[in-house]
Amino acid sequence: MTNSMKEFEDSGCIFVIGSNTTETHPIIAGRIMTAKEKGAKLIVADPRNIHLAEFADIVVHHRLGSDVALLNGMMHVIVKNGWHDDKHIEERTEGFSDLEEVLEDYTPKKVEAITGVGCVDIERMAEMYAGNHPAALLYAMGITQHTTGVDNVKSCCNLAMLCGNVGVRSGGVNPLRGQSNVQGACDMGGLPNVFPGYQPVADQTANEKFSNAWGKALPERAGLTLTDMVKGMGDGRIKALCVFGENPKLSDPDSGHLDHVLKKLDFLLVQDLYMTETAADADVFFAGASVAEEDGTYTNTERRCMRGNKAIDPLGKALPDWDIICRLSSAMGYAMDYSCPEEIFDEMTSLTPSYGGMTYERLGINGLQWPCPGKDHPGTPYLHKDNFSRGKGKFHAVKYLDPDEMPDEDYPFFLTTGRMFSHYHTGTMTRVSPHLHSEQKSGYIEVSPKDAGDMMLNDGENVRVLSRRGQIEVPVKITSRVGEGLLFSPFHFRENPINRLTNPAFDPIAKIPEFKVCAVKLEKIAE
Amino acid sequence: MDYQMVPSICPYCGVGCGVLLEVIDGKLAGTLPLKTHPNNEGKLCIKGWNLHEHVVSDNRLLFPLVKEEGRFREVAWDEAIEISAKRLKAIIEEFGPDSVGVLTSAKMTNEANYLIQKFSRAAIGTNNVDHCARL
Repeated sequence: MTNSMKEFEDSGCIFVIGSNTTETHPIIAGRIMTAKEKGAKLIVADPRNIHLAEFADIVVHHRLGSDVALLNGMMHVIVKNGWHDDKHIEERTEGFSDLEEVLEDYTPKKVEAITGVGCVDIERMAEMYAGNHPAALLYAMGITQHTTGVDNVKSCCNLAMLCGNVGVRSGGVNPLRGQSNVQGACDMGGLPNVFPGYQPVADQTANEKFSNAWGKALPERAGLTLTDMVKGMGDGRIKALCVFGENPKLSDPDSGHLDHVLKKLDFLLVQDLYMTETAADADVFFAGASVAEEDGTYTNTERRCMRGNKAIDPLGKALPDWDIICRLSSAMGYAMDYSCPEEIFDEMTSLTPSYGGMTYERLGINGLQWPCPGKDHPGTPYLHKDNFSRGKGKFHAVKYLDPDEMPDEDYPFFLTTGRMFSHYHTGTMTRVSPHLHSEQKSGYIEVSPKDAGDMMLNDGENVRVLSRRGQIEVPVKITSRVGEGLLFSPFHFRENPINRLTNPAFDPIAKIPEFKVCAVKLEKIAE
Repeated sequence: MDYQMVPSICPYCGVGCGVLLEVIDGKLAGTLPLKTHPNNEGKLCIKGWNLHEHVVSDNRLLFPLVKEEGRFREVAWDEAIEISAKRLKAIIEEFGPDSVGVLTSAKMTNEANYLIQKFSRAAIGTNNVDHCARL
């Protein structure tokens, strides 16, 4: 996030697109409610009629995957009416004329034809977003999990820069991150092309710096992303896989294919808390520690690095994660000899400028937000205050493209996937929790009352759902949260593994799969 | 009875709410919201209130395992580590370091993530390290 969560309470307008905030980030939804009480306007754009929509000033349900068109349409209206921030564009940005040229095409009428959102609503959204400064844009995986994920994010940034909403308190472009330490895993270099702090592995200076610090010549060529590793397992380039605390068998698209390629591995190592679907295929299983059983830091969605403290000793023979890695690495001939997590943290901060000013003592209970480059630096609540990291903010002229797979005669329904309020990701942590399990015990697929009526489906009845990649059976939930022709199913439930159906086509740059759009058909199961 | 409250961070979504883990006689017993924490100011969602349940669940697997002829066998840590190191080293020797892939975790600490990518790059010798940020 460019900004901080608490700042949303003072926004003039909050625009939520592709985030089911009340269910997946309830505490942020609370901030939005407070903003509303203080007079902020709320715009919600989501293909489903999500709970947050009930509180919005304007709600639109755009067709799955039509985000670029919708955002371009809003910007077309803003530019046509002169509601954009000339001073901000002139002083802080470049590339505006290229964007302007592309926007010319996206008249409300054309955008209505693509998105299904009426011209009047597009104009009202544009006016509300541009007219209530500062406006904060919030998004989640509804924006990113598309073959056009990068285009979608660029369009969000275009809109924010166009109205002078970047580098200001209570504004910004704010991806709500879905895992407790997904920000930290990225910051720590858990990516194939960068060392900690996003220092490129291919950059000679950075590579030398880390090679010297770690006493070993390090590879300079960027590695494979998860998506490409799966391909590599298929064609035999990847022979061994080490999986630390993940369950790709349930979370990856087209999971039938993943089942197949995991079996081709010579060696699979899995570290987890439970016998997950992925762990069941492992050659060796390492029993890791939970959040309550080890010290360490986590970095949240607003870049805040915070300490988690060990409350109990690891249960059974489980070991802290850092301890297991040290043992494995040392056994492989590369000695790692740390006595505690703080020692690891101090080594990391000495190599990572954005964390450079942090120590366990300074983090205290509240933590610090990066960039925090020096011992006296107070941390950074919002980014790009005076400058963008690249100097000027760049507008990207982005054109709308269809999703990879659209409904047709054979597969007439749109399917989208996501989370629900009481469960989390592949359900490994929440389905073993009695209170959360009692909220929702099985998977389901949301079907509109109209479609359910046409197919004579009853609520709770098992239905067969088929895509070009696989088929599953799942109970029907009849609800007006989805419109005609649209289906939704959460991916938490191993009995109804919806990712057998999803499309592994991915964004060419971010390599993120298109979980949010695929084409399926429904079949009533004969009694 | 010994009762302690230990400040920590909720392990679910990316908000990172401050929590107090309730420990009674060395056993994890409950979760409370941390009132002064800047992220949640005393609030928690249903997942946060119940986070201790995933820790103490009977479904936890609390020892290392090695698979032999299709069946898992409980082993000591030294054996699990030794077998893994041997298998990985053999594969690296025959097919090169880029024949190994590593998936680190968006649920583990910064310290564990830092070590896992260091392990991939320095011990194995590959940049094939990624995690589930996209999923």
